Amino acid sequence: MTASTLTRLRTPLSNSPFPDYQLDDAYDEMFDRQEEPRDHYHALYRTLLNLRPEELRKSQQAADLSFLHQGITFTVYNDNEGTERIFPNDLLPRIIPGDEWRKIEQGLTQRIIALNLFLKDIYHEGHILADNIVPRELVYSCRHFRREMRGLNIPRDIYVSICGSDLVRLPDGTFAVLEDNLRVPSGVSYMLANRKVLKRVFPTLFRDYGVSPIDHYAQALLATLRALSPVSSSGRNEPSIALLTPGVFNSAYFEHTFLAQQMGIELVEGRDLLVHDNIVYMRTTSGLRRVDVIYRRVDDDFLDPLCFRPDSNLGVPGLFNAYRAGNVTLANAIGTGVADDKAMYAYVPSIIKYYLGEDPIIPNIKTYLLTEKDERNYVLENMDKLVVKAVGESGGYGMLIGPLSSAQQRDDFRQLILAQPRNYIAQPTINLSRAPCFLDGAVQARHVDLRPYILYSGNVTLVPGGLTRVALRRGSLVVNSSQGGGSKDTWVLRHENKSNADLQAIERSAD
Amino acid sequence: MLSRVAESLYWMSRYLERAEHTARLIDVDLQLRLDQSMESSTGRWLRLIEALRVPALLAGDVDALSLAHTLTFNRTNPSSIVSCVAAARENLRHVREQSSSEMWEQLNRLYLQMIGTPPEDSWILQSHAFFRAVQDGAHLFQGIADSTMAHGEGWHYIQLGRFVERTDVLAALIGAHFSRLAHPANQPVEGAGYLEWVGLLKCCAAFEAYCKAYSAELRPIRVAEFLLLNSEFPHSIRFSVESVHSALGRIGEITERKVAQPVRLAGRLRAALSFSQIEEIMAEGAHLYMENIRSQCVHVHSAIQQIYFDYPVETALAS
Repeated sequence: MTASTLTRLRTPLSNSPFPDYQLDDAYDEMFDRQEEPRDHYHALYRTLLNLRPEELRKSQQAADLSFLHQGITFTVYNDNEGTERIFPNDLLPRIIPGDEWRKIEQGLTQRIIALNLFLKDIYHEGHILADNIVPRELVYSCRHFRREMRGLNIPRDIYVSICGSDLVRLPDGTFAVLEDNLRVPSGVSYMLANRKVLKRVFPTLFRDYGVSPIDHYAQALLATLRALSPVSSSGRNEPSIALLTPGVFNSAYFEHTFLAQQMGIELVEGRDLLVHDNIVYMRTTSGLRRVDVIYRRVDDDFLDPLCFRPDSNLGVPGLFNAYRAGNVTLANAIGTGVADDKAMYAYVPSIIKYYLGEDPIIPNIKTYLLTEKDERNYVLENMDKLVVKAVGESGGYGMLIGPLSSAQQRDDFRQLILAQPRNYIAQPTINLSRAPCFLDGAVQARHVDLRPYILYSGNVTLVPGGLTRVALRRGSLVVNSSQGGGSKDTWVLRHENKSNADLQAIERSAD
Repeated sequence: MLSRVAESLYWMSRYLERAEHTARLIDVDLQLRLDQSMESSTGRWLRLIEALRVPALLAGDVDALSLAHTLTFNRTNPSSIVSCVAAARENLRHVREQSSSEMWEQLNRLYLQMIGTPPEDSWILQSHAFFRAVQDGAHLFQGIADSTMAHGEGWHYIQLGRFVERTDVLAALIGAHFSRLAHPANQPVEGAGYLEWVGLLKCCAAFEAYCKAYSAELRPIRVAEFLLLNSEFPHSIRFSVESVHSALGRIGEITERKVAQPVRLAGRLRAALSFSQIEEIMAEGAHLYMENIRSQCVHVHSAIQQIYFDYPVETALAS
């Protein structure tokens, strides 16, 4: 693996914006192997060459300030006042050509349909278990399997209606799924906020590129939630929908308020709701009002103290009974976490094959199951090359990155694995692709992933775009916001791989 | 509208009103100090402490300037200006999807401005600019709320909170003034005392408006009449109570609640103020009258609490 920096700049400018741009084995989103900008990055590349860093820095400050004023922040509790920090956003867009996006769309559509069939199956007849495609004990030993859901019929058999899957691009340029988030995926408000900022910073470039719009996300989400309403059975026309938030101390609280506002639905906390005779009501100034659909951003464990964790103050006593009686729909359903367990992930290609008879359109990352003796032995011998993850964790916690770890850390994980092999999996260390970012006054390459948001209510909606998460520290492979990650806007082009500006230039030269 | 949301809007508005009021009181006091002897400013300071209901523990023997600092910046004092702005913001943050983004951004900006400049020893020199910023920030917020938010139920809770708080703090201020400062009611005030009465009017942002109505000749009975019974000036008791009453009337219509307790209590107070004569009030004692208004204000607040925010579920299910 030879690392080099981009040296052959095709510009006489003395103040190059790329003084320290790292290129090596990792796939670079902007430059190809010949260090030439890819077609769909040409227009951005030219803009960067002509842009003075001070201008961009000013735009960055203005963007940061606008995030701060809008309160798009998370709270760091290191003193009694609680410091509020913004989630860092990077101003350079990540650009995806239309044809690549279509493949992502097909792949994720296939995946969410298969995972929903899987969830229905394991909570009912369990054909896939009887046919020994997925091991029974893997399902039943999963912390997120809810036996309360056994045999329960839910509207349209849709378990996961809101999903965010994390994609990474491998060194050969193909996308692979790194994990699915089938419980309460977050981040979609940052996707929309980033877009708003970029339209302000690069209005001309944005228009010239022909970027697919994403602003209809909230509308699509509302349509999805409406489609799940049990309201026809209760004889009222307009379903009453509420977003259930854990409250203002949750790090995604801004997103909850934002989505509720954009959809025009009530934002409720557990204490606003009550259940009487298996019907959910919210407490309003004009008395009690019935609720039909709850878009819940509260984890299963905390939803109903009578059914799950009794110490939860965030939930609503009796909610599960109302759900079981079919008087209220929860989106996502309870117990979906069993399908995004990191060990279950290894079986997703077989799950797709089993239910749809198709090969997965987007591949998985090779995953070692530590419950299998051979695979465990291999992992224990090669821990310095692998990434080990706890199956139930998210947010970049409970993770060992072999190549960057100390002998002591590896030893600690070895003990953890031997004690509870079911709780861990291992994967090769993936050299995530890099995209240009504007950091410290220069354009630098940083590792990125991509989280598109998928909506499912019988048909599948993907808003063309997603959250591109960035590992802001040089060399870091961890993109999670809790671990020093940031995000940037994702531009999905309406055309194959050319921007509008290029197309116009081509038309002009043809005249 | 969710009860929790209504309650948060109501309290947000009360806290912001209190911050504005406290800022104006301290600002006026510090300005008047420049023209006065130590003695007379101490007298006014005591009235101010009473008007702001500063706990005796805090007031103690501390000198006026460090107490002013505490009343302004101290986060452990829940009534300090910075605490009130923070509490207002926290309440709005809980319901920000119910307000307009412009409102949130303005209140958030005010908050960041308040906590952004750590006070130094010499803060008193720039204090006027600081107190001005609080008042301007609160006015701007009200203007933004009026022009960007639908004037529906939520907006009426904001109005309600603002004027319930205003009635209460004005009654406390006027009561403290009249109980501690004796002057023949119908004689023009002259000499050293003049500034005290100017101070009272300025604390209610009412000096200019008073002069337009009665000229700059100050008589206690006229000051009292203006601050209590004027129906047009927004910092008079009567104006505030009328605003409370009409907000409650609208809320009653919108929510279609059959219970009329809050609007009845506010209406009774409104009627008393509409048909009272200032001579009667002065004969009875203005400070006693103010105490009566404050206790009625508490009743109105409890009624709002019981009917709209925290009603028993059993009665709601029964109706």
